[in-house]
Amino acid sequence: MASIRLSVPDTAAKGEVIEIKALIRHPMESGFRRDSRGETIPRDIITRFECEYDGQTVFAADFHPSVSANPFLTFYTTATVSGTLTFRWTDQTGRTWSESAEIRVT
Amino acid sequence: MSLPISRSLKADTSGLTRRGLLAAGAGTVFVSAFPFPAGAAPEDMKAAIRKAFGKGELRDGRVSINTPPIAENGYSVPITVRVESPMSEGDHVREIGLFSPRNPVAHIAHYYLGPRAGRAEIATRIRMAGTQDVMAVAKMNDGTLWSAARETVVTLAACVVL
Amino acid sequence: MRRLGALALLALSACGPDMAKGETGFETPQSGSAFLKPDTRALQSDDFANPGFLWVDRGEALFARASEGGPACASCHDGGEHTLEGVAARYPAIDDQTGELFNLERRINACRSRHQGEPPLEHESEALLSLTAYVAHLSRGVAIDVETGGAARPYYEAGREYFFTRRGQFNLSCHHCHDRNWGQSLRGDTISQGHPNGFPAYRLEWESFGSLHRRLRDCDTGVRAAPYPAGSDTYVALELYLAARANGLAMESPGVRR
Repeated sequence: MASIRLSVPDTAAKGEVIEIKALIRHPMESGFRRDSRGETIPRDIITRFECEYDGQTVFAADFHPSVSANPFLTFYTTATVSGTLTFRWTDQTGRTWSESAEIRVT
Repeated sequence: MSLPISRSLKADTSGLTRRGLLAAGAGTVFVSAFPFPAGAAPEDMKAAIRKAFGKGELRDGRVSINTPPIAENGYSVPITVRVESPMSEGDHVREIGLFSPRNPVAHIAHYYLGPRAGRAEIATRIRMAGTQDVMAVAKMNDGTLWSAARETVVTLAACVVL
Repeated sequence: MRRLGALALLALSACGPDMAKGETGFETPQSGSAFLKPDTRALQSDDFANPGFLWVDRGEALFARASEGGPACASCHDGGEHTLEGVAARYPAIDDQTGELFNLERRINACRSRHQGEPPLEHESEALLSLTAYVAHLSRGVAIDVETGGAARPYYEAGREYFFTRRGQFNLSCHHCHDRNWGQSLRGDTISQGHPNGFPAYRLEWESFGSLHRRLRDCDTGVRAAPYPAGSDTYVALELYLAARANGLAMESPGVRR
């Protein structure tokens, strides 16, 4: 299901610095909240984000409990060749979600 | 137009007790003014920075942080970090760390960049357990560490479920 | 206990005699977004970063997917004669078949049982929230225009009565905050006029997306009253009164609220 939103330009000039935005649906349960019975709600967070472009990891991030629910990230990369950008999120248990976008470099 | 309740507008709050409030607030999750209780102290933040970046000297400059001066609440505060750098093979940012002097875990997030980024800038949204000076530290390819801090006032919500 | 103090002060200030603007306390309705800080407003108007679109996207996918027992929503509502653009702005509305008041959630569930051979979805379930988000989003920018006469009248009156009735340990009605004290500060918040046009909405405090009824439950709990279940007749009637009170105000769903 659609629970990832990506913003990647369709086309870019070679060498152009492009803005990338990525949003994924996830509660980022911090592990510090309690329910109405006073019991701690277990931590459930995404811990790693990676963006691969042209076979290389061009950007990565580690998330901790202070990252807001439904993590949102803006970053930049240089357009080098036409191809696929792959975005991958991994949670604390190793479960992953990924999505990709095509870019045409002229 | 006449109002059914406009005649007697007196509030009687004498019967309020903490126990009554606790019972009234029973839901699945307690919602508070902050996403989580304050936990860390400024010393914890310093320790977290050391753990992430080692013992090198933290210099002021090159890093700038943008956050709203006053945040609506602490659940989702927008933050942008920029580092002055040509982002060339010979001179670029390798890592950016975000740190809190007040949240229960001082290390907020860590970003890994390289010359291919073209621009040393990230934006995200973070949780804040109250008013604080969030800190950003950047590590360059020559190993030098640069930092900046920025205060955000987190306001207290009135109508919270308890 | 400082929080109690703030609400108690509000209760006392609600004793003022200013009824010049009629029972609603405003001449033209102002959206809840007008009472947000600029950064929250900016998040709502950013069609990429607004997290509510995660639910709209999912709703759009569900809308297009064929059900097991029948056609997809999109096979009837294909943008032609049965387009849903602008429809949400006229809800809650009377259902012709039963004569009962339906909000969007009830309409979607009625469609499922009448045309798709599917069981109803639970209120506040991910699927119903997502479908409601998608359908409400199709009316973004359209002015609310609900019917309050005819068969809708008793529901409107019931909703109005709820709005004006004091409840809970704080002994406050909706009217006290949202007609008589909107624009005033209550700790870090500015009290809004209490309009439904941003819902279903993403609330920062929920860190998630929710229906108007979930918001109403928080309001009731906020004044220390026992909330009604989401989807209850009481809240559907209140929803009609709130919509009528906001008639003319542009729909904003997926809104972002604090």
